[in-house]
Amino acid sequence: MSWNIWALKKSPWVFHVNTGACNNCDIEIVNCLTPKFDVERFGIKLVGSPRHADALLVTGAVTAQARPRLEEVYRQTPKPCVVFAIGACACDRGIFHNSYHVVGPVDKIIKAIDPDAIIAYVPGCPPKPEAIISGVVKALAVL
Amino acid sequence: MKKTIGKPVLAVGPFHPLQEEIEFFQLTIDGEIVTDIDVRISYNHRGIEKISETLQYDQVPFLVSRICGICSASHPLAYVQAVEEMADITPPDRAMYIRTIINELERIHSHLLWVGLGGHFIGYDTVFMWAWKYREPVLELLEEITGNRNNYGNVKVGGCREDIKDEIIPRMLKELETVERKTDMLTNAILDDPVLHARLKGVGILTREDAIKCAVTGPTARGSGVDIDVRRDDPYAAYSDLDWKVIVQPEGDVFAKAVVRLLETFEAIKIIRQALNKLPGGPIAVEVKDIPAGEAVGHVEAPRGETFHYVRGDGGNTPVRHKVRAPSYVNVPSFAASCIGQSISDVTLTLASVDPCYSCTERIAVIDSDNKIVCDYNMLVKLSREKTQRIKEESGLEGITLKEE
Amino acid sequence: MSYEALKSKLDQISDKLTGIDVKSDKRIFLNCDADNALAVNKFIFEDIGARFCIETGIDCDDRFEIIYHYSYDQTGCIINVKASIFDRDDPRIDSLTPVVSAAEWIEREIHDILGINFNGHPRMERLILADDWPEGVYPMRKDSVKQ
Repeated sequence: MSWNIWALKKSPWVFHVNTGACNNCDIEIVNCLTPKFDVERFGIKLVGSPRHADALLVTGAVTAQARPRLEEVYRQTPKPCVVFAIGACACDRGIFHNSYHVVGPVDKIIKAIDPDAIIAYVPGCPPKPEAIISGVVKALAVL
Repeated sequence: MKKTIGKPVLAVGPFHPLQEEIEFFQLTIDGEIVTDIDVRISYNHRGIEKISETLQYDQVPFLVSRICGICSASHPLAYVQAVEEMADITPPDRAMYIRTIINELERIHSHLLWVGLGGHFIGYDTVFMWAWKYREPVLELLEEITGNRNNYGNVKVGGCREDIKDEIIPRMLKELETVERKTDMLTNAILDDPVLHARLKGVGILTREDAIKCAVTGPTARGSGVDIDVRRDDPYAAYSDLDWKVIVQPEGDVFAKAVVRLLETFEAIKIIRQALNKLPGGPIAVEVKDIPAGEAVGHVEAPRGETFHYVRGDGGNTPVRHKVRAPSYVNVPSFAASCIGQSISDVTLTLASVDPCYSCTERIAVIDSDNKIVCDYNMLVKLSREKTQRIKEESGLEGITLKEE
Repeated sequence: MSYEALKSKLDQISDKLTGIDVKSDKRIFLNCDADNALAVNKFIFEDIGARFCIETGIDCDDRFEIIYHYSYDQTGCIINVKASIFDRDDPRIDSLTPVVSAAEWIEREIHDILGINFNGHPRMERLILADDWPEGVYPMRKDSVKQ
């Protein structure tokens, strides 16, 4: 394990990117931070800028308008970073798969600009906070 | 976007915690005062109305519950009411009561969420954490009834999918009592706090005239003295059988909107309690045959305001046109009336007071005329919090104190 | 104002309407031509005092329809004004925004997705579609293909 992956796993700071989600996944992510689940005690912290982040929590099916913004956020994130596709929409566009304004899914957009990107998937509509925590733990375990 | 060369511009978004659609705001500022506001949406446009035309009548509720994560009971209900009106279907009484209960549970958790985030923006993170802690039991009740914490998918044309089982009713009543006690504590803490009075009163005023002109709905309208509520004006589900009242505050500022939401939470608890006690027996759905050609509208009072659906069918098994208007669509443009003339430290709060759905992608930047970032989102929240702190010091008060019973 | 009073008020503009369809006490559908739409809407918004809900744009193959939805909250009555536009090549209708400022966004949206022009709209800019969306492609038109 290289030192930067080791550092990444120790206390992952996450930045949250909504690319056209219905807000459910976003609220469940915030739920993870509130007293019932409280992931901050494990060192997972939500930060306000992608430049501070080790991981991106991407929700939503990526609309045409959000696509360049997602690419820009990914470019700004220091590498190595992990991209978590949270929810059915982010994993494979979900119910919006045949929409004219949806260009996702997330992995397609990210892989187009960085073929080596590390992408983890947390399915569910919305995934429960327990599922999100479990997804993060499993992804960090295999890095 | 508007050309604003030469004037300092504050760009809010597109990734920003204040809105359900990821939106992009440009605030033109003069010193600390906002002089103009411009909005660009589209980041969250998923073409739902078009997708709806490809789905069958029975599949559409699952789609529309994913329009907004928090209003995921109101949108399907508005749609289903439109289709039922078109096909002249009357759901059984028990289904009507279950719909009422689910919608009011949704209102409780949505309003608590708002109170929490409102607290977060002015620097009272304790309120944030507590309010979000108290909404968890409500989500658990919803999960127990419908199988999912959000996106319940419980409403269908002709009735409901999941029944409220008799054995969970005592537990629901008990949880409601806890939620009521905690909300009462939060409400008293907020209403009695002189710092909050100083911080929220007179901020972001939306006058009654502006509210009518902008056609705002829900707590945003009721906080400005406009006495409208779809639940009372055009009763649906079981609201006409139950005893409750519409909360209206005339002031139009952020404080009034907070009061409306907090008091509405108590009304919601009252409604659920009555509905659970009066819950009639019988089936929860009727059989639906063909949906005839025609057109109809359905509207529902969601936590944020009136959700409006228009459905047209041609006798086939899919709608030919399905128009959706979410409450934020009319509430958000009212920022132009309420933000102009405010100082930057009040803008986050004014934007939040309308309660466009929150997510937590925080990016907001103040840009000067050379497009150089001079101040980011955290800075804005900091400004807002510093103002709270300043008021505290000037008034010599300690501010909010929460006591758990 | 009761339902009867509302009904008698609507009679004042009956010469501008091509049809009234009263489905129930709470659902009224009015039909009119595109040319009269603004006058009818102005009457409903200003004289009756109904709250503007939304507009719906529909592609009906041979024509476009714009439906203006109002809610008269005193009686819970929803008034729908249906205006038909028959010119498919250059669909136009008078904008409601100068009278009802709440209509600004929805008219921009209808312009984006159906390509209907609103005469006199103060700011006919793109609202709902992406910045790089091609000009002249209207996703909600029946003849549009998926991009």
